[in-house]
Amino acid sequence: MAGEPGHLTVDMRGITKRFPGVVANDGVDFEIAAGEIHALLGENGAGKSTLMKILYGFYQPDAGEIRLRGTRHRFRSPRDALRQGIGMVFQQFMLVPSFTVVENILLSGPAHTWRIDAGRAAAEIAAQAARYGMAVDPSARIWQLSTGEQQRVEILKLLARGADVLILDEPTSVLTPQETRDLFATLRRLAAEGRAVVIITHKLAEVASVATRVTVLRGGRRIGTVSAAETSSQQLARMMIGRDAVDYVRRDELTPGPEVLGVEDLWAQSDRGLPALRGVSLSVRAGEIVGIAGVAGNGQRELGEIVAGLRRLTRGTLRIGGYDRTGASPLDVIRCGVGHIPEDRQGVGVAPRLGVADNLVLKSYRDPRFGRGPLLDRRAVTCHARDLIAEFAIQTPGPDAPAGTLSGGNLQRLILAREIAGRPRLILAFHPTRGLDIGATESIHRQLLTQRRAGAAVLLISEDLDEVLLLSDRVAVIFGGEVMGVVRAGEASAEEIGLMMGGARRAEAS
Amino acid sequence: MIRARARTEPSPWAVVAVPVISTLGAFLAGAALLALAGVNPLVAYLDLVSDPFGSVFGWTETIVKAIPLILTGLAVLLPARMRLWNIGAEGQLQLGAIGASWVVLWTPLGHTPVAVPALLLAGMAAGALWCLIPAVLRAWLNVNETITTLLLNYIALLLVDYLIYGPWKDPASRGFPLSAPFPPAARLPALIPGTRVHLGLLLALAAVAATMFLLTRTRFGFEIRVLGDNPQAAQYAGINLGRNILLVMAVAGALAGLAGAGEASAIAGRLERGLSPGYGYTGIIVAWLARLNPLATAIVAVLLGALFLGGDGLQISLGLPIAVVSMLQGLIFFFVLGGERLAGYRLAAPTPRGAAAAKSR
Repeated sequence: MAGEPGHLTVDMRGITKRFPGVVANDGVDFEIAAGEIHALLGENGAGKSTLMKILYGFYQPDAGEIRLRGTRHRFRSPRDALRQGIGMVFQQFMLVPSFTVVENILLSGPAHTWRIDAGRAAAEIAAQAARYGMAVDPSARIWQLSTGEQQRVEILKLLARGADVLILDEPTSVLTPQETRDLFATLRRLAAEGRAVVIITHKLAEVASVATRVTVLRGGRRIGTVSAAETSSQQLARMMIGRDAVDYVRRDELTPGPEVLGVEDLWAQSDRGLPALRGVSLSVRAGEIVGIAGVAGNGQRELGEIVAGLRRLTRGTLRIGGYDRTGASPLDVIRCGVGHIPEDRQGVGVAPRLGVADNLVLKSYRDPRFGRGPLLDRRAVTCHARDLIAEFAIQTPGPDAPAGTLSGGNLQRLILAREIAGRPRLILAFHPTRGLDIGATESIHRQLLTQRRAGAAVLLISEDLDEVLLLSDRVAVIFGGEVMGVVRAGEASAEEIGLMMGGARRAEAS
Repeated sequence: MIRARARTEPSPWAVVAVPVISTLGAFLAGAALLALAGVNPLVAYLDLVSDPFGSVFGWTETIVKAIPLILTGLAVLLPARMRLWNIGAEGQLQLGAIGASWVVLWTPLGHTPVAVPALLLAGMAAGALWCLIPAVLRAWLNVNETITTLLLNYIALLLVDYLIYGPWKDPASRGFPLSAPFPPAARLPALIPGTRVHLGLLLALAAVAATMFLLTRTRFGFEIRVLGDNPQAAQYAGINLGRNILLVMAVAGALAGLAGAGEASAIAGRLERGLSPGYGYTGIIVAWLARLNPLATAIVAVLLGALFLGGDGLQISLGLPIAVVSMLQGLIFFFVLGGERLAGYRLAAPTPRGAAAAKSR
């Protein structure tokens, strides 16, 4: 079904989509031509995912039309879109973990005869994978695969269904630098064959390295479409955020104070009972940001949970503020003055149906200033909320609005406000800016740097290597539950850290 | 074709519409069953409403039945606010009656002026202790409280039987399984003279107010709300789950126990079988119809109290078994739970244009 490269395949005109209280897409035009890699660029909440979910039949537009190879179309469901050759890979993969790669691909396939020729299917899949440079074992079970490999299975699934237009939502957010390079190579080959690729992203570097054309959305409107070769990162950033990005990180050299967090020879198991940490030792001093770089699933979560008192360790010691806190409860840790920005904001960081004000005192409601004895002083809670909403610029209809109605960036501001308001001496920051737009990211980075200057110790765990390098005084790279090496910021290249993230020890890496 | 689509946000009407429409639906389905039983449903429903609401006496009797329902409703509501399912209000109510009877019949307090406060406190304590059994099992051993609270109901009823057939049997009862009657000092005073509406009404309304205050104005209530909304966030905030399970279940047991003490002291005047026609179970329906709102509990309790009373009337006038009440209650509960689920969707008819476009391919 692939058309001539350059021949217009999809044309979306005047697409408008309203959700209660927000216009996600406001008369957006978007074209996809065969043979191109089209980046859909924008901050969070710009309407990128909504626009693509409309094309994929997931949402119905309130206005506007979609033309496919010149004929008008309305996609009623993802199945409908797939039949027309449009496929989408979401950030959350839709795979059955206990099935093999082949089984997953057959499962999603078009109606087939009752007899499944698994052998032939495996051979076909292996051939497809090889053709596009996607290394994946067809007989492996999904749970055994890395995130990068699972993503390849998702792409193979779409190819097996004959997709001509592949939409990828933030495809690199879960990948190592090496995996990202491999993915881009695959995408280029797909485009060279006359298929069209759309990547939804907010990372300028990705646009520069892979896209041929860029459409920028802001606040639900299309700002413009430009050829990637004729634009610059500066111009795109301006289009994306409506102003120039500023280099706000002017890090002053601080002499770190005494150790605030110390872990020694930490061993722990994952939820599945597999070894997750194998003898991790680290220390974070006052006035210092230590970043943990690594691909998700290499023990970062377990490390953070142990420090927060949320997970038992099997061996080792934990010191906070110079005292042995091995085996401390979450409440003990809070009382030691530890602020914790959790990985899962919605799932762990807030009580979504409770109000913003209640969520802002989630950890400090025991404090005497919020009421005497068993009583909770609603007025003090509301006042406290008003102060923090103003200070941290949390956009909310009011202090009593349910926290679950806040956007990602505002939710993170709420959590940050709460954790910083307690004047912590140690801050655990887990993926503090994941999924946030440039504006929100910047304000959160500033807050962390302010805390550092005020003498707090910060343990920063992030998959975004740029972020780790930008903020950290020292970077520890974690792989397979072990620290591969600790480097001072500015002394190691992204390349070297990337290699350690892939499992090379410092000595081997350099 | 009309299709159901998941709502992106709840309809503002759902708060009122779900309980009202569900109840109407339940009565509609009940009408079909009544017709099958050979009774004109209209006549039956008219009887059902005229008895409780048709006279001053009916109204007061409705209130009498609403009193224990408010308390058992709260006993279900409070744990449910932190995702604990207390199916055991019936048993806790029975224990409340036992505790009250013990103070009256087996301590010297029964004939003193402090008999009433003493028996109420004893009833609450007994209900609380009974409810602490499943609470401890849940908090320390993670045993599912839905099952333990339910099973303890049967044990509580058998315990009452044991006492009134055995050690507490009144020698003057001529073989009937009854305890000795409570002395006048141990009878809960009437609130409205000449009716059976007793002091328990004020206690129940005070319990409603106290529950609201507890949930919104105390640190304990804050912890309950966080635990109910997101247990993981509660753990992250250092909220102790086990301690709160014990506290909440003890309060719930005390509320149901208070209902039992009130029934024994104000209505029956002794410990006997059939103190409760299922107030504890109906409390579950009260709590859910009230959408776990303490204030609404008081209103819903009156409606379900009327259903009990109307059911009594149906027995007499149409010769229907009292099981009709259980049937209607069951239908209401079924429809409310179903309604809650359906309220998460809306029906959408495809636009003609969309249908045409879909056909064109």
